[in-house]
Amino acid sequence: MKIGVITYPGTLDDRDAQRAIRLAGGTPVPLWHDDDDLKKVDAVVLPGGFSYGDYLRCGAIAAKAPATKEVIRLAAKGLPVLGICNGFQVLVESHLLPGGLIRNEKQHFICRDQKLRVENNETAWTSLFEKDQEILIPLKNGEGGYIATDDTLKMLEQENRIAFRYVENNPNGSMNDIAGITNERGNVVGLMPHPEHAVEAGFGPDTPTAMRSGIDGLLFFESVLKMVVNS
Amino acid sequence: MPKIIVEIMPKQDLLDPQGKAVANSLHREGKKEITAVRIGKRIELHFDREITDQDLEMAKDQAANFLSNDVIEDVIAITKED
Repeated sequence: MKIGVITYPGTLDDRDAQRAIRLAGGTPVPLWHDDDDLKKVDAVVLPGGFSYGDYLRCGAIAAKAPATKEVIRLAAKGLPVLGICNGFQVLVESHLLPGGLIRNEKQHFICRDQKLRVENNETAWTSLFEKDQEILIPLKNGEGGYIATDDTLKMLEQENRIAFRYVENNPNGSMNDIAGITNERGNVVGLMPHPEHAVEAGFGPDTPTAMRSGIDGLLFFESVLKMVVNS
Repeated sequence: MPKIIVEIMPKQDLLDPQGKAVANSLHREGKKEITAVRIGKRIELHFDREITDQDLEMAKDQAANFLSNDVIEDVIAITKED
């Protein structure tokens, strides 16, 4: 199963995302922002970083890249797409997901392990989680405050399109404690925290069991691989 | 040089951290009469020929769909300058 990872100028976490895919049992395929050939991948990850230096707005220029345009086209046909951090910003700027992301409420860049609740386990990227399962993965961003109009928030709540909510504390002022959302079909998911940084014991967040043993992020990638195999 | 100027501001009800920091600095300088500062963007689109109505339409479209994001910003003005 091939999962593409797009590298834009300024992307930082593409290698980590590729590694997470490998550890989950998939084959990562590096994709280049300037190439609209997605190499027949079964799913795509838009990784974190600062694409195009965050110029204009975070994710705005990446949303117009040839590779992204192809992602937009194929997402409409059901291609699973996961946007992590800057990738989430690209997804909202591409209008694959509604709303926007603004500077953190307290103006600080925040880097810490963050507890989330899986609100929707029926998406391409969350099917192996239990509903309401609490997970711990790293969060690191400066512009992660999710905002949307009242109508959009209502729609997201009613249609069960909030994929993840922050638990215990809301790090960035996101409306309704939103950490991640999905599209109507459930194939496109975006979130600010980083599942690809919690995939291997020894390198993940601390857990009550052992230091750095958290691997909750692995299930994102295993979920999509399971779905692709079954389809 | 002919140009189209697009002016964009963060939405009124959103926090503008740059503006707030600048306002704080001005207050420290004693400029207490300034009640608030908001910072937006001015984007110039340059042309090497006369600007047509079609160019303006194009600029309007780009201003709405690329240069600004209507979730967080408003396009304040699009003007032509010869």
